[in-house]
Amino acid sequence: MQTVVTEVQTRESDITAIAHQPPVQDGVPAAPSTDPATARAALGTMWRIRRFEEAVDDLFARGLMHGTMHLSIGQEASATGVCLALRERDAITSTHRGHGHCIAQGADLTRMMAELLAKETGYCRGRGGSMHIADVATGNLGANGIVGGGIPIAAGAALAYKMRGEDRVVASFFGDGATNEGAFHEGLNLAAIWDLPVVFVCENNKYGMSFSTEFSMAVPHVADRAAAYGMPGVTVDGNDLDAVHAVAAEAVDRARNGGGPTLIEAETYRWKGHSKSDKNLYRTREEIAEWRERDPIVAFETKVTESGLLTAADITAARDEATDAIKAAVREANSGTDADPGDLLDAVFAPVDAAPLASSPNQDVTR
Amino acid sequence: MTATLPQTETQAESRELTYSEAIREALAEAMTADDRVFMLGEDVGVYGGAFGVSGDLVHRFGKERIRDTPISELGIVGAAVGAALAGMRPIVEIQFSDFTCQAMDQIVNQAAKIHFMLGGAVSVPMVLRTPLGSGTGAAAQHSQSLEAWFAHVPGLKVVMPSTVSEVKGLLLAAIDDPNPVVFLEHKLLYRTKGHVPAGADRVPLGRSVVRREGADLTIVATGIMVSRSLEAAARLADEGIEATVVDPVTLTPLDEAPILDAVRRTGRVMLVQEAPGHVGFMSEIAARIAGSSALYSLEAPIKRLCGLDAPMPYAPALEAAMVPQLDDIVVAGRALATQEA
Ligand SMILES: Cc1ncc(C[n+]2csc(CCOP(=O)(O)OP(=O)(O)O)c2C)c(N)n1
Ligand SMILES: [Mg+2]
Repeated sequence: MQTVVTEVQTRESDITAIAHQPPVQDGVPAAPSTDPATARAALGTMWRIRRFEEAVDDLFARGLMHGTMHLSIGQEASATGVCLALRERDAITSTHRGHGHCIAQGADLTRMMAELLAKETGYCRGRGGSMHIADVATGNLGANGIVGGGIPIAAGAALAYKMRGEDRVVASFFGDGATNEGAFHEGLNLAAIWDLPVVFVCENNKYGMSFSTEFSMAVPHVADRAAAYGMPGVTVDGNDLDAVHAVAAEAVDRARNGGGPTLIEAETYRWKGHSKSDKNLYRTREEIAEWRERDPIVAFETKVTESGLLTAADITAARDEATDAIKAAVREANSGTDADPGDLLDAVFAPVDAAPLASSPNQDVTR
Repeated sequence: MTATLPQTETQAESRELTYSEAIREALAEAMTADDRVFMLGEDVGVYGGAFGVSGDLVHRFGKERIRDTPISELGIVGAAVGAALAGMRPIVEIQFSDFTCQAMDQIVNQAAKIHFMLGGAVSVPMVLRTPLGSGTGAAAQHSQSLEAWFAHVPGLKVVMPSTVSEVKGLLLAAIDDPNPVVFLEHKLLYRTKGHVPAGADRVPLGRSVVRREGADLTIVATGIMVSRSLEAAARLADEGIEATVVDPVTLTPLDEAPILDAVRRTGRVMLVQEAPGHVGFMSEIAARIAGSSALYSLEAPIKRLCGLDAPMPYAPALEAAMVPQLDDIVVAGRALATQEA
């Protein structure tokens, strides 16, 4: 087998935050603000996403990172809330704007950063970059450079789970723009007619690149489209971590118990441009400022400090730990070896005589 | 088909423009001259196109004619086919050529075949413009060179403009053409500069261009490999090896005579493309040479220098290793020119 598996040290702070599993009530993971430890872990995840992407933005601006990337700063609650509603062995499919999903699902920050830095030690050995990170071990079936590309794949993974009688669920993330692709229609319809355990999560950040949902669709809400497939559709404030978690938990539970798929529309906003070439000509400064006021991290921090669940010191600690974790990830990733052109052709085809890859999504993978 | 475009007072002049500006100028002139011409695609409006090609056109021609679409490639191309059938001259921009995969049914099963299937009763005059190629670190789903796919489908014309000075005239000719034309723009060319005629002169489709003459070997190259091969030829000339460089420009319909003539004159031929070699466009060129009397002039086996048969990787060093670089062309050209028969 050609895959290079690199042992990467996980940091102390990561371990505390990731290892904490929310209490499960009636098979459903509890809400982020159930207890201090769960709140603290959820907040840590959001901060790690934010700090990771700030670091990526900075590395890019300084010319230390190549290619292209799409930042989800401002959208941390939808990734975090949905992934918190999943259990071990559930899976996700992600998008071009997928760093948050990847981190929320428990990916190793160093291997992610190493991938973006084109290192052999990255998740894809430097072959994939930002848009193609997958981590099958944590149930992340992959980011995708093709808008809508992950939607039918999620249906297929769920079909496999269902055919094998496993009680696993797939959450499929995609944007508002993706809902105009044929793949959206075909994937949702298959999931609906076959009662597949999928939760479709549309992160409606109001734009597909420059094109506003105001013009790209003729119904007010993406969730309205669920009716066409005979599945429940629900719109939620995507910047409210607990609210996202609540609708996701309900949908995941339904899917796990044979109730079929749900379409969730999480209304949110990306603070940064679509990618590095965006001049923001299609939206106003005021609109961006308005949404920055609705920072999902600040909203959650305010809520949990006001309720007395966390102290100001807890909050500072969560943020500082994330900052340190990302700094360490950048440092460690940088010390990895560069991807080697010499073995560029060694993974075009899987070796025929080898045992099925351990990382194959066909296999029963546990975290 | 289209009325001759209005001549401007600067007709005879040529100015230095970028490849993108030259394309934009063709779009603007075609839209000014013919009400039937309009453009549709993702983010072509106020965003100005993912690669900035449409730029300010939306401010000059309005949202009706520079039409932003949802992310719906199949729908976009299908709408263009329908509009073309109904008498318009649509120009589609597909943001990256990789996303033609979403639209393949409309391109291959509809646009390419309608004229033939209907016994020639109607035609589908549309242009599908799309950027192709690697070199931007965008990895496997945003860097492909799929020209051979299109060239393999009867009913599609396929153009790969490799110079700033010709891209405008080629696009105008493509817009005039009564057939579906796939117009493949290399991403690395967009910012390159060159002299562009100010007027509306067409550069006819279906003409190979001999870009350089030399007696020792022939290099046939497409897309970004044309300028790279010319640079390599200049380096080889310093060593006393003179290369002819032929650029097919239009892959379908292919003008093979200049290629075969050059092979007859030089006796050695190297075929250079960015796309993976296996079943690529240059395989067709090799077959044409081998199947013609040019075969008898060969003093060495036909050499293909192509992209590796792998998806495009992200890491810069790997991406560069995937496709022929200047040095690769020089080294392979030197080896071929000095190879014993
Ligand atoms: C099939 C396909 N078409 C177009 C693109 C180019 N593209 C990449 S992201 C994007 C916008 C996607 O919008 P949305 O689904 O709302 O996700 P967001 O970027 O807002 O997270 C576009 C047009 C692509 N990658 N794939
Ligand atoms: Mg969006």
